[in-house]
Amino acid sequence: MILELAHFQILAAALFCLGLYGVLARRSAVMVLMAVELMLNAVNINLVAFSAFRDISIVTGQVIAIFVITVAAAEIGLALAVIMRLYRRRGTVNVDEIDWMKG
Amino acid sequence: MNVTLSDAVDLGIRLFALFNVVALGAVSLVWLERRFLGRLQGRPGPNRVGPFGLLQPIADAIKLMSKEDVAPGSSQRLIFYAAPILVFVPAFVVWLTFPLARDLVVRNMEMGLFFFVAISTLSIVGLVLAGWSSNSKYAILGGFRAAAQLVSYEIPIITMILVVAMLSGSLDFVSVVDAQSRVPFILVVPLGLVIFLIAGLAEVGRTPFDIYFAESEVVGGPFVEYSGAHWAIFFLAEYVNTFVLGILGALLFLGGWRWPFGENLPQLASVALLMGKAYFIVLVIFWIRGTYPRMRIDQLMEVAWKWLIPLSFALFLVTAFQLKFEWPWWILTIMSLAILAVPVLVQSQKQRNPALALAARYAANAVVVEAKPRPSPAAAEDTPPATSETAEGTSA
Amino acid sequence: MGLILFYILGGLTLVAALGVVTTRNIVYGALFLLVAMSGVAGLFVLLFAEFLALVQLLIYGGAIIIVILFALMLTRTTDFSVATEHRRWPMAAVISLALFGLLAGAAIGDSGDYNTYQRSGISIEELGKGLFENWAVPFEIASIVLLVALIGAIVIGRSGEEEGGEGDQG
Repeated sequence: MILELAHFQILAAALFCLGLYGVLARRSAVMVLMAVELMLNAVNINLVAFSAFRDISIVTGQVIAIFVITVAAAEIGLALAVIMRLYRRRGTVNVDEIDWMKG
Repeated sequence: MNVTLSDAVDLGIRLFALFNVVALGAVSLVWLERRFLGRLQGRPGPNRVGPFGLLQPIADAIKLMSKEDVAPGSSQRLIFYAAPILVFVPAFVVWLTFPLARDLVVRNMEMGLFFFVAISTLSIVGLVLAGWSSNSKYAILGGFRAAAQLVSYEIPIITMILVVAMLSGSLDFVSVVDAQSRVPFILVVPLGLVIFLIAGLAEVGRTPFDIYFAESEVVGGPFVEYSGAHWAIFFLAEYVNTFVLGILGALLFLGGWRWPFGENLPQLASVALLMGKAYFIVLVIFWIRGTYPRMRIDQLMEVAWKWLIPLSFALFLVTAFQLKFEWPWWILTIMSLAILAVPVLVQSQKQRNPALALAARYAANAVVVEAKPRPSPAAAEDTPPATSETAEGTSA
Repeated sequence: MGLILFYILGGLTLVAALGVVTTRNIVYGALFLLVAMSGVAGLFVLLFAEFLALVQLLIYGGAIIIVILFALMLTRTTDFSVATEHRRWPMAAVISLALFGLLAGAAIGDSGDYNTYQRSGISIEELGKGLFENWAVPFEIASIVLLVALIGAIVIGRSGEEEGGEGDQG
């Protein structure tokens, strides 16, 4: 059997769904962030796989993947700054306990 | 993607040879440093174990292996043992793209320079984990300082590698050496080698940038709880990294194995030329260690962010302009020397008038506190009415 | 050969990702994330995107993991007595499995004419040309995004302690 696009698509889907489970089920905000990184990586795998299997000379897939990595880095920097500020104010990063805007 | 058996055998031979070269090089550096530092400091250096102390590294290794393996009583035992490996493996893996002669390379990747950059940043994770898993305040502090220092000094190194890549038009090492066949890049961008060496010293963690694991500062930093063989891994990684710095300086700036004798040398002579240049840079690194005192962490960060990064960006811009407008190469030499002259002049001005610099710093940091009206003379304190405090009293 | 490598790397990535989302020790989670990112970098090499693989290693392994480890160490979330999972985690698992079924079904059902696994890769020159000629404006916007994130992180993370302060300075 040779390598097909479906292999990479299924792998990316599995990674994405693992990340989704992490976002929904984990309690610590840092754990949620790590799961978000998994989802972004799954998207990148998909983009690059399409670029490789369709026509490698069209670099669109890889370029967009570079942008996704860039935005992920920016996002995690900001998100962790917010988390540290939250921890200093409230002493917890448990997403269940961060509910002061509720109700 | 057909991999034949002969390919695999060839790769295995190359990897084995590379491992031997790197290990022998690092071990020779251990001996060389102690002898050279001894001569600089007016003493003979190790001369008991074997002729000229040549077996001293082996004696060191035996001593370190025979020490008791002590681990802290924290719950992070697995990470404690894994952290040295995370620091050590990138130091070896970057050697995969370094060519010792035109054909003596494991794999001359198309993006060899970038491979070095990417792999060498993985060792920072190991240092942070080593500091944290030691369950000691000194270790955590050292680990954080190490990460801050290494991440800050990555920017000048990457920018200098970019400058070399721009000048040679390619990212693989063989092309970089070929581009220096007539003029080595040290003559084209002398500032490049200066910034590369300074930033490289900070990346490797050698004096004057070794505060994050200095004994008198943080009692060994992230390495404080490691004993015997585990500490030997860190120790060896530092020497391998120093050797990497030497080889990189020789390949990127001093012309590799090609300059000045060209391509017509026998392969062994080419390798010897490259190694000679690499050892020359390594001796300069040892010389700097024997001469300069250690910098404080805030001085270190100031050098990175206020001096090296702007200088490296200026050099990058100047190189881009020279390549775009196709000026002759010596314009770049003049301009990089001009850029180098700026901090030299500023620093010499400061040194000539230390009072001027100090007064300027006090004026910038002055905090004027108005007198608070005292309700009763019961609290007898000696607070003078109007004070101008300095926020931080640092020495020059 | 490519298939074997794909299974090894893909399996490594999935196992590491499973470790990220199920482990109780959050530092192990960060290390599992490092392994997962390295696995994804290997998959990029398999897909002829070597530059992207190195960028992945550099940015994720060399920067993001370090920042996550700093955040872990400074927010002291390493006491393992509290439950790490939400109360309703079975529901999350069901949702994830349902989505996976949907996506995998779409993948299998659609792989008609995309089976040409190219044997030649792409040179970094072509990637650079694509990035700086066709995608120059998004490139500039991405650099502005990074600048905004940098400034934002400094501002947000800076003035946290409200205990006194230093005179008139902020």
